[in-house]
Amino acid sequence: MIALELKDVRKNFGKTEIIRGANLQVQAGERVAIIGPNGAGKSTLFNLISGRFAPSSGEIWLGQHRIDGKKPFEINRLGLSRSFQITNIFPKLSVFENLRCAVLWKLGYKYTFFKFLANLDDANERAEQLMAQIHLDKKRDVLAINLTYAEQRALEIGITIAGGADVILLDEPTAGMSKSETKRFIQLIREVTEGKTLLTVEHDMGVVFGLADKIAVVVYGEVIAFDTPEAVRANARVQEAYLGSHVAEHQAAA
Amino acid sequence: MSWMFSEFFGGEAGVSGNRVVGQAFWGITYGPPVQVYYLTAAYSFVCVALMFAFTRTPLGRILNAVRDNPERVEFIGYNTQHVRYLSFIIAGFFAGIAGGLATINFEIVTAEVVGAGRSGAYLLFTYLGGATFFFGPIIGAILMVLAFVLLSEFTKAWLLYLGLIFLFMVMYAPGGIASLIMMNLRLASFGRLRQLWVAYLGLACTALLGLAGAAAMIEMIYHLQLNAAMGSELKFAGVMLDAGSLHSWFGSAFVMLTGVGLFEVTRRQFTHDWDESQVFIEKEIKRREAL
Repeated sequence: MIALELKDVRKNFGKTEIIRGANLQVQAGERVAIIGPNGAGKSTLFNLISGRFAPSSGEIWLGQHRIDGKKPFEINRLGLSRSFQITNIFPKLSVFENLRCAVLWKLGYKYTFFKFLANLDDANERAEQLMAQIHLDKKRDVLAINLTYAEQRALEIGITIAGGADVILLDEPTAGMSKSETKRFIQLIREVTEGKTLLTVEHDMGVVFGLADKIAVVVYGEVIAFDTPEAVRANARVQEAYLGSHVAEHQAAA
Repeated sequence: MSWMFSEFFGGEAGVSGNRVVGQAFWGITYGPPVQVYYLTAAYSFVCVALMFAFTRTPLGRILNAVRDNPERVEFIGYNTQHVRYLSFIIAGFFAGIAGGLATINFEIVTAEVVGAGRSGAYLLFTYLGGATFFFGPIIGAILMVLAFVLLSEFTKAWLLYLGLIFLFMVMYAPGGIASLIMMNLRLASFGRLRQLWVAYLGLACTALLGLAGAAAMIEMIYHLQLNAAMGSELKFAGVMLDAGSLHSWFGSAFVMLTGVGLFEVTRRQFTHDWDESQVFIEKEIKRREAL
């Protein structure tokens, strides 16, 4: 079953074409890493899928629903959730409140103001459970702004998975982390996205080959390869475009 | 509007009302101000309770989230426009109650009550009190009444002082008075407030001294500008000042500079103590976590 499909998606900013006909088919349950040189359009691609921007042309399908041109909250309600490269949380709310906010819509509370949060047992329980999952249960009442960078990144992931979306987009989840933090964090991502469709933008090749079932290579706004890590590594076009011929030779020798 | 449709809105004179109209119920005519006072108080308490309850509902919490980071809210399934729209309706509901009570109290409504000046004043004092805390705007409201009634009684330059207070608040305590209170409560809960009270006393005394000097000069300038015909002498805080003589100016400047200088010295000591306390608290939190 196809969880997410891009059909000839294009995006112009002014006269500059950033995404130049991207095609991608992601099966349900696959973990896909999107790689590519700086400025290739990886983040833009995420912004198009999650509804932050509307594509200039082309179609995006989430399961049975066509989502291009829909608003972010509509896409989220259809079961797609994303995280951000630059930490995007609620700084003046506590860790617990951050997570509770993120579960409210999914549990059907919508815009109600005739119920007290304290009495919403399912929301509170789910938030506590998430907090334990991302190992922030000791920081329950700390304001998000006062967390360390790594903790904020974990909270970002927590908010992203809170709604129970089936398709998760993570935009450089390990950006700015140390080696040891990254390692722990990858383990965390593996745990919390168990059984879900995962797309992640990543620069760290160790992470990419460790985490992904498939790799999509984006160069100049096009998906030039989409295959298993081994096949992508062997792909001559990828080696030339992404790694550069010199590095490719070096790798082949090693 | 009120000038365009003066038959309906009453033009400059506004619309006046009569609160004692109709039959008295249980002897309550709303003639005496005390009856209106209790009516207002009852409504205020109920409304405050309702507003507090609102902050603990899902919509209230999502509104906090929209305040913090509207973009992220869009990505957890909420339409921020709709959240804001509902919030404006609820805010309007309470504002309507307040307006109704004001009409009963003053028995007149003029264009001034919807003017930019008044709206701006409410905004300013909400900010001074502390916009991100529930009790912040309540503190702000009390300060507003005090400033409008008392400060304007003391001095003609009260708007200038108000502006300066606002300026310093924005620069040094953007969370408002409520945030200052919360920071000190945090200190107190870790038993570190006692170490700081001497520093606080020092800060208050030196600030008062500096302020006295500055205020004397401000008052003299105002006096020269507004009451020059009444001679150059004025009374300020029990002291006769002569805005025409250099002595008064030098004296005031000296007091102000001494105050500011001493303030800076105590401030450095205070900052040092404060940082020490914060480090202590951080360590304490770490220690408790490890237990």
